[in-house]
This record gives sequence, structure tokens and C-alpha cells, in this order.
Amino acid sequence: MDRKQLQYQVACMRKSLFDQGYLDEQFNQLEDLQDEANPNFVEEVVTLFYSDSSRFIHNIEQAMINKPNIDYGKLDDYMHQFKGSSSSFGAKKVKKECSQFRECCSAGNIEGCIKTFRQLKARACHFEEEAGNILSAGKTSWNR
Amino acid sequence: MENGFSSPRNDSFPAGLRVLVVDDDPTWLKILEKMLKKCSYEVTTCGLARDALSLLRERKGGYDIVISDVYMPDMDGFKLLEHVGLEMDLPVIMMSVDGETSRVMKGVQHGACDYLLKPIRMKELRNIWQHVFRKKIHEVRDIEILEGIEFQMTRNGSDQYEDGHFLCGEDLTLIKKRKDVESRHDEKDIGDNSSSKKARVVWSVELHQKFVKAVNQIGFDKVGPKKILDLMNVPRLTRENVASHLQKYRLYLSRLQKENDFNNPVGMIKQSDSPSSDSNGNFGSQNSVNLQDASNGCYGFSGSSLGVHNVDPRNHDGDRKRLVTAPVAEPKRGLTVDPPNPSKPRNSQMEFGHLLAPPQSEVNFARFDFSFPTKYPWCGIAETQLKQEHNPLHLNDGFSHLPMPGQKQLSRADHPQPAPAISSATSSTERQTGCPVKTKPSHNDYTSNANHASAADSTPLQTKTSLTDHQAVLPTSSMENQGLNMNCLTDLESPRKNINLGTLPFATLDEDLQVCFVTGDYYMNLGLQNIEVQEYFDPGLLTGVPTHLDDGLRFDYEIFDPTEYSLIDQSLFI
Repeated sequence: MDRKQLQYQVACMRKSLFDQGYLDEQFNQLEDLQDEANPNFVEEVVTLFYSDSSRFIHNIEQAMINKPNIDYGKLDDYMHQFKGSSSSFGAKKVKKECSQFRECCSAGNIEGCIKTFRQLKARACHFEEEAGNILSAGKTSWNR
Repeated sequence: MENGFSSPRNDSFPAGLRVLVVDDDPTWLKILEKMLKKCSYEVTTCGLARDALSLLRERKGGYDIVISDVYMPDMDGFKLLEHVGLEMDLPVIMMSVDGETSRVMKGVQHGACDYLLKPIRMKELRNIWQHVFRKKIHEVRDIEILEGIEFQMTRNGSDQYEDGHFLCGEDLTLIKKRKDVESRHDEKDIGDNSSSKKARVVWSVELHQKFVKAVNQIGFDKVGPKKILDLMNVPRLTRENVASHLQKYRLYLSRLQKENDFNNPVGMIKQSDSPSSDSNGNFGSQNSVNLQDASNGCYGFSGSSLGVHNVDPRNHDGDRKRLVTAPVAEPKRGLTVDPPNPSKPRNSQMEFGHLLAPPQSEVNFARFDFSFPTKYPWCGIAETQLKQEHNPLHLNDGFSHLPMPGQKQLSRADHPQPAPAISSATSSTERQTGCPVKTKPSHNDYTSNANHASAADSTPLQTKTSLTDHQAVLPTSSMENQGLNMNCLTDLESPRKNINLGTLPFATLDEDLQVCFVTGDYYMNLGLQNIEVQEYFDPGLLTGVPTHLDDGLRFDYEIFDPTEYSLIDQSLFI
């Protein structure tokens, strides 16, 4: 498809992410930071987030597998880190899920934890997918 | 990572502010780095708190401010915060995605100057320089107060001291109040710190004297909070209190040193009195404060009586009179910030407690060595002065370097009389820094203008600048010092105080100035410098602090060039 269309698509995808609450104004900040010196700043940040989130999700899963003695403290820590990470570029929903997870953790609600975690995982994956699409499709368009 | 000791920021402050960012999250590190770079700051990132601490230790004075995450795997952010506060006395900003009130409160209690919530916006980072600036001003003020106290103490022996003490009492209260308002977190009370909030220790004159004595005994190079604490043998004084005070003291000393160096390699405070002069760095050996080298940092209250730090004015050689720091003018005042130039009379020597003959008006702050070369141009009184818009004290960034770690505390504490002096002292120191011109490039960073004052002038100016610095300094503290002026501090102090008090507008300044300028020449120069310094200095101050013995507030207007005076006037008074 021609460039214009591509750009349009990217814009839509981006907008949808915003609308869905996957991104917030923090993301705009990142885009603002992108300049000639760092033309792929946003991409780099998102990539970092991907690796971070996979790591977090993996760690949390591991910690939760051992059901009888779940180390809530540890879970809480992981989740806190994940929350911080996702806030770095405005992954609002993911952040929200993290908060919920932490609440369940502090309440010792294992079921709630698992449930929230699943949701979180799903959201993170979804976000990654979409963001990835935008990035690859709209590399040029991404730059403002 | 850039080299911590970057070149001083001369006139582009806050651009070039050296920031150390500590966060275990690589995503945030990247983002913060980019954001800070966009603010024209120099950024160093660290993923581990341990690494950050070692970096800070290696490059003392290489950073202006630290931004740290709260949750980190290897060390708690609050712990790092405490370490930084105690060892390096840098402003620390905490950040976290968790914004609960209790967490924020904990951060503040541990000494954070700010607590940011993630996600952090660029605009929040733009203004972090205010913390650096504020700290500098406070340091100057603290030093001034310290000097004042010292001065007071050394002033003619006990009688005066007592009198001054008495007089300064109210002033001290004022200063203290003011300081309280400013909420310096350094202050600690003697008392238990059971609550998260640290009690404030009031570093009274006696206490400080004990401290200095202990430091001198141990040897500045080998000094450590524990040793000092043991020697001082004061009940309920904690190691933390001592450590914090020591840091300030170091700052103060280094500032003096710098100034001294700047002014005059000769080193030694020039005090009209014989004793002090010379030797740089004699700790306590003579009245003059010899700050000797930067390494010492200790307050050279040599003062004969008090052993207050010896500021090694180095610079002054001839300038004694310069008393640049006007308030300090009085011999004892050791806080003469000597403009780096030898020629300049300004040696800012911090003469604390030098019981030198009054002629000493030179306040040589310079002698304190500036261990923080790049940090704050304490030395550059002139610099600060110019800059300071906000606080007269702030004369130069350079002041921040003042090695008087204790200063801070002093300011707060109620040093009986000296307090006023201190404020003035700090102010003077500040001023001085300005005057010394520059001794440190660092000054330049901040207020370029201040530099000029100091650097530009030749001796005469120096005094001025120093005064101006004081003045500048004073203004800031002026508020509090109002009461203080003067009485407590014998001449030197009064100028300082005046400055601090701000309220004492010329009158006090003049006095100070008078004191400072022993030689008539200086006065003239003051005018010149004043102009530069302007903002903060009250021409009166420049006149030097006469042997201060008179009540702090005497303005010798005659001495100043009225035109300049007005300039200064405007700027000075806070």
C-alpha cells in the first residue's frame, strides 16, 4: 500500500491503542524525546519493555507455580517493577493490572492473583503485538 | 557516563547540571537519560545503587544532584539516600511508581529533597536545579552563621563572647527560625530520633568548638564521625549528627581554601594580625583560620581562643583588610573569602575565632579549600552574588562548596551569637566566594556573574566581592539575622549578619564593609564590586567590617560610592 495509506493505518492503530487505554500521555512524551539524535527512541524503549515484560511475566509465573507457599513479597516486588516499567511509556492498562495484582497479593488472594495475572499477561501480549505492528509498519510514520 | 568533574558551569546554570540517575529499570534509565539530556544536563546513569555510591565516592564533587528510584534490588533507595546525604551531602530526588503518602513521607524524612512519581514528565525534571541551588544557599548561610559564631567566640576572649553571645541570642533564634522554615533536613536535634523525623541538633557555639577541637586533635585527614563523636563526648549526640556537621564543615573549609588559593597562594589568612596569617592551614595554631588545603576541610577555627577553624586565607597577603567578606572583617571572623587572587585583598578567610586583631577584617574564606571544585563556586562570591536572586546568600554557587559541613547545622542551631554571625558568615562566605573570584571555576557555573565580581576585581574589588557576597549572603539570612546583626558578631559578623538579615540594609552592611576594608582602598573597590555583586551586597557591607567591635550596624556610607551603593542596595536586600 502506498505510503499515505500506511501512515494512516499506523495512525489509526496508534490511536486505537490510546483509546483502548493501552497508552497514555507518557507515550507522547517519549515521542517528543525522539529526535535526530535518537531517531528510534520510541522503538528502543518499547523493545526494552518487551524484554522486561517477558522476564517479569516469567518470573511471576515461576513464583506462582509453587502454590502452597507463594512468596507474596516477591510477587509484589516483581509486580512493582513491572508496573514501573510499563509506566515508562504509558502502558496504562498493563499498569492498572499490575496494581490490581498487587492488591490481590496483599490480600493474600491467590485466586485473584492468578486471575489478574492471566489478564495482565493477555494485555501485555496484546499490547506488544499491536505496538510491534505499529513499529514495523510505521517506522517512518512513527517519527513525528 | 560522563566524567563527573565536568567543567564548571559558568554562566549557563542550570545547564550542565551534573545528574546521577540510579534505577534498576533499564527502560527508565534510558528515558530519564534522554529527558535530562534534553534539559541540557549532564547525565550519568547507574543500574545499581552500589555502583552509584562508589561513583559518588570516587568523584567527590563530581555530581550536583542524584535522582534515585526507591525500589531497587541491591539496596533500598532510602538507604542510598541516607548515604548520599551523609557522605556527600548532595540533594537527592526520589522517584517511584508508588505514590502513597507514607512512602513519600518516608522519603522526605530520610532527607530527600523531592519525590517524583513515575511516569515522570519532562517538565518535572527541568526544575530539579532548584534543589541544587537551594542547598548552596543554605550552605553559605550556614557557613556564615558558623563563622559568626566562631567569630564571636574568638572575639576578644570570653567577655565579648559572652556579650556577643547574649546579643546574638535573639538573633540566633531568628536565624534558627528562619532556618527551620527552610526546613533544612540536615538539622538534627540532639535527642533521640525515634520518630522518623530526625530531631534537630543545635550546633551551639560550644558544641561546635568541641567539634573543632576534636577534629583538630584527630587530625583533619584522619577524622571520622565516630572518632569525633567519641572525643567530643557529648551525650545524646549521634554519629549521624556529627557526620552531617563534619560534612558541612568540610564544605566550609574547602570553600575557604579555594578562596584562599584563589586569592593568594601565599596562603594564609591574612589577618592583620600576625598570628593568623601565615600559616595556612594551621589548625588552631593561630587565630587566623587557615584553611589550608582543601583536604582539610576542617574549619579552621583556630582562633586563639576557640580554635575555631583556621581559615587559611592564603590569599590574603596583603589584603587583610580586605576583608572581603566584610562581615567577617573582624579578625576573627575567619570567614574571609579571599578572592583567589593574592593581590586581591579579598581573601576570604574564614576566621573563626581568630582573635586576631581587629584589623583583620579580612575575612578570608577562601582558605577553605574547596573540595568541591566544581560544585558550587563558593569561591566565587561574586558569582553567587550576581546570581542570587533569590538569596543574597547565594552569592556564588561557589559557596556551596564551602567546606563547612557544620555550617549548615550551625545556621540552624542556635549558636548564640555566632549564629548571627554565621548567617552573615555564610553570607560572607558566600560573598566571599564571589569575590574570590573565582577561585573556582565551579563558581562560574552557577552564576556567571558572580564570577566576575570576584575575578574581575583586583584586590580592592575583592573585598568587595567578598563583601558583596556577604551581602548577598546576608540578605538571605538577613531576615533572620536581623536581630543578630551584629551584636553578636563583632564586626565581621555583623556585616555578615547584616547581610543575612537583610533587614539591615546598609547600615549593617556598611559596617561590615567597613570592617572588611581595613584599608581605605578597599572601600573604593567595594563600590566597584558592589556593582557587580549588586544584588546582594549592600554597599555598606563592603565597607568592610570594621573591627566589628562596634555594633554590627554601622554603615559607613562615606566609604561607598553612593552610586554603587544604590546598586548594591537594590540588589542586596534580598
